Amino acid sequence: MPESGLSRQAPGPAPDTFPRLLAEHARIRGERPAVREKEFGIWQTYTWAEAAEQVRAIACGLAEIGFKRGDRLAIIGDNRPRLYWSICAAQALGGIPVPMYQDAVAQEMAFVMADAEIRFAIAEDQEQVDKLLDVRNTVPALAHILYDDPRGMRHYAQAGLLSLDALQARGLERVMREPGFYDAEVAQGSGADVAIMLYTSGTTGTPKGVMLSHANLLVTAKNAADFDGLTERDEILSYLPMAWVGDNIFSCAQAYVTGFCINCPESSETVMTDLREIGPTYYFAPPRVFENLLTSVMIRMEDAGAIKRRLFHHFMTVAKRVGPKILDGETVSLLDRLHYGLGQLLVYGPLRNVLGFSRVRVGYTAGEAIGPEIFSFYRSLGINLKQLYGQTEGCVFICMQPHNEVFADTVGPPAPGVEIRIADNGEVLYRGPGVFQAYFKNPESTASTKTPEGWVHTGDAGYFDARGHLKIIDRAKDVGRLTDGNLFAPKYIENKLKFFPNIKEAVAFGDGRGQVCAFINIDISAVGNWAERRNLAYAGYTDLAGRPEVYALIRDCVEQVNADLAADEKMAACQIHRFLILHKELDADDGELTRTRKVRRRFIEEKYGTLIEALYDETKTSCYIETQVKYEDGRSGLIAADLRIESARVFPAAVTQRAA
Amino acid sequence: MTMKLNEFQQSVGDAVAETAGRKIGDVILSLEHISLAFGGVKALTDISFDVREGEIRAIIGPNGAGKSSMLNVINGVYHPQQGRIVFHGTERRAMEPHKAARQGIARTFQNIALFKGMSVLDNLMTGRVTKMHHGLLTHLLGFGPGRREELAHRQKVEEVIDFLEIQHIRKTPVGRLPYGLQKRVELGRALAAEPSLLLLDEPMAGMNVEEKEDMCRFILDVNDQMGTTIVLIEHDMGVVMDISDRVVVLDYGKKIGDGVPDDVKANPDVIKAYLGAGH
Repeated sequence: MPESGLSRQAPGPAPDTFPRLLAEHARIRGERPAVREKEFGIWQTYTWAEAAEQVRAIACGLAEIGFKRGDRLAIIGDNRPRLYWSICAAQALGGIPVPMYQDAVAQEMAFVMADAEIRFAIAEDQEQVDKLLDVRNTVPALAHILYDDPRGMRHYAQAGLLSLDALQARGLERVMREPGFYDAEVAQGSGADVAIMLYTSGTTGTPKGVMLSHANLLVTAKNAADFDGLTERDEILSYLPMAWVGDNIFSCAQAYVTGFCINCPESSETVMTDLREIGPTYYFAPPRVFENLLTSVMIRMEDAGAIKRRLFHHFMTVAKRVGPKILDGETVSLLDRLHYGLGQLLVYGPLRNVLGFSRVRVGYTAGEAIGPEIFSFYRSLGINLKQLYGQTEGCVFICMQPHNEVFADTVGPPAPGVEIRIADNGEVLYRGPGVFQAYFKNPESTASTKTPEGWVHTGDAGYFDARGHLKIIDRAKDVGRLTDGNLFAPKYIENKLKFFPNIKEAVAFGDGRGQVCAFINIDISAVGNWAERRNLAYAGYTDLAGRPEVYALIRDCVEQVNADLAADEKMAACQIHRFLILHKELDADDGELTRTRKVRRRFIEEKYGTLIEALYDETKTSCYIETQVKYEDGRSGLIAADLRIESARVFPAAVTQRAA
Repeated sequence: MTMKLNEFQQSVGDAVAETAGRKIGDVILSLEHISLAFGGVKALTDISFDVREGEIRAIIGPNGAGKSSMLNVINGVYHPQQGRIVFHGTERRAMEPHKAARQGIARTFQNIALFKGMSVLDNLMTGRVTKMHHGLLTHLLGFGPGRREELAHRQKVEEVIDFLEIQHIRKTPVGRLPYGLQKRVELGRALAAEPSLLLLDEPMAGMNVEEKEDMCRFILDVNDQMGTTIVLIEHDMGVVMDISDRVVVLDYGKKIGDGVPDDVKANPDVIKAYLGAGH
């Protein structure tokens, strides 16, 4: 019972809001670090006691300029200690902080500012202040703009501009004048109050403000921290956008629950260096980051000397075989253990150090599917990388993988305290302590997302596998059925294809049809490189894509995916029967992808209707197509090609051994 | 804790003191009737102009007009045959480079002159050399006064790194950096010397538009926040007209124009030198 330790000094109920927890930490671990920030090349530490003082000064300053209970405070900037403190300061006054993405353009900000009726905003620097001043033209309610970094702000004379330094100075005057004010404000709060409002873009149009209460955040954060055994001795690098729910959980809620230290990088460009200097013990990154790191390691190794390269590849083979087993505590032969130990000394240890992962006890990734190769690379190095599944509406944690049950293709069993139900259409619903209060000023959306019994629709389709782990397969609205009634999850298949470096994009078809077929885009740099090494001359993308050698290469990938799908009884029917390699790369300029590189399925189905018909016409082995393309300078042109259609081998369902 | 609170209040006080806008003071450098020749080649002929405290002064002109020679006269690399230089009230025939540096004149070069094999940090530290007081032996010891001095200098250098936003390349050897960043590092080295007069020889040559915009912002910020007087040579007319307070125009070693940007733009001699007689 951690409460018993606290109640020794603080009789009464356990603190249930962020400001109360802060006061608690200042009392019992006042000298321990709460926040570090690298400034002028040196890590500056602020203790919990200092953090509490800073928050008090900001809160009192905000009260001085008229911030009242229920007011919303916009916070825009990179991860800076004073911006984190501002969140807590607003909460202390019973206000609602609204962190916003720092790279949003002024128009995007204006929508949120108007929707949340924001009167007070804290900006990191001149760049953000400029945007806010711009926003103020359309949102005149925005009366007060505060800024953290005074650089370049000397000649700004607009009304309502104030530096955080000046605000804190005014706050301190208030503290002198009315010493009990802050504590009385904090005493008025309760765990059921809204602690933060986070705007999610959602997949449908306008952003919605998700309101999360203190209890939502703190209970969820505590459950997850207990699950992973986090303590005050843990360290985290706070480098993800403050507007994202994950940063709120990892850098605020979990830090406040356990009392660990958060570290703010010097600038967004120095994150890799800072990561290495801090050596966090608890780490989160989206799959893309792990992918990029792996790529850069591989490229650097290709440039290394022959001995080093041999050493690396030798020990990585060993690591792949025994590393994950050692991490999961399975039995490994003594010889393998010694071999791995030697690798630890020569390769894995130094590599982990270079990556900044030497001390990582618990690492998470989430957001999209991670390639099994990438996932197992990190686990084989001895880094305890796990997956979780989460949403803003549920305070992140919906599913998380326990220490010894980590698989690349699932997101784990339900998180502590969370119940999960699969709807008839395959959609995942959950209920738990983290479920959000409501969308701000949007009862219709709230009603359509959250049932009266507290179940939340995720919009994702998934199912539980035999181990009781949830497998997310696609967005629920994209999941269809084959004519024989089997589930068809295009993204699940496409992701499996895209995990091959030679495949850049894939589009699978099958909804309402008898079998699955697919379009493939090759990765021109990977396949181009492969072609060069085999002395295969080619003129460009279209030429390379049409080569029989390339078709053979891609067929291999497709058949591997089929073998993989066959092993999964729910997905065995989704094996790809026929495929073709597109003559052009799918491009956002041509409307085929969104700007975030997601496939626009309906558009592609329309545009390439003839190709799809040919795929399903067993008599055809090729199809002629002309496509209009837009060049970057705005001109358009035609690409024509005669595309080959090939069949791939399919496997009987649920084969026992995995064909490779 | 109380110390931290005091710091707040103090910084607030500073912020108030800083609110006054930038102001241009008296003449700090004046060049009178400068003539410079290399054998029979007349690089500069009877040139006079002055630089006021806190201003951005541009020197422009076609290739071979004598712009770089002028800069080299100011910081003492070249010694003019005629004329005199008055810097901070002291009159002299010619400057000496090391003396100029000690008196607060720092510069950058047209073709970057950094130590390519050294890190950005070490390159900036070399900018502090005129401010170092302890000898080689004291510094070699690694503790004591030498160490304390190094820490103080390092702090100044870190401020420059922060100012120029080059934290991410602090430990990178300069030779591995792209050209635009090298230019920024060179500016950093000049700033590390805490100059009162900064000479920039084509700070934006060979840069793309975005890099130029960044560099312009840094130059304006240096002038504005550090109160540094700046003399710069630049080819990009848009840039020159935007950021400088006064412009002097040279052509074939002679001064053909001097004044605020708008006057210079309207000056027929300048138009002729730049666009040719036909216009």
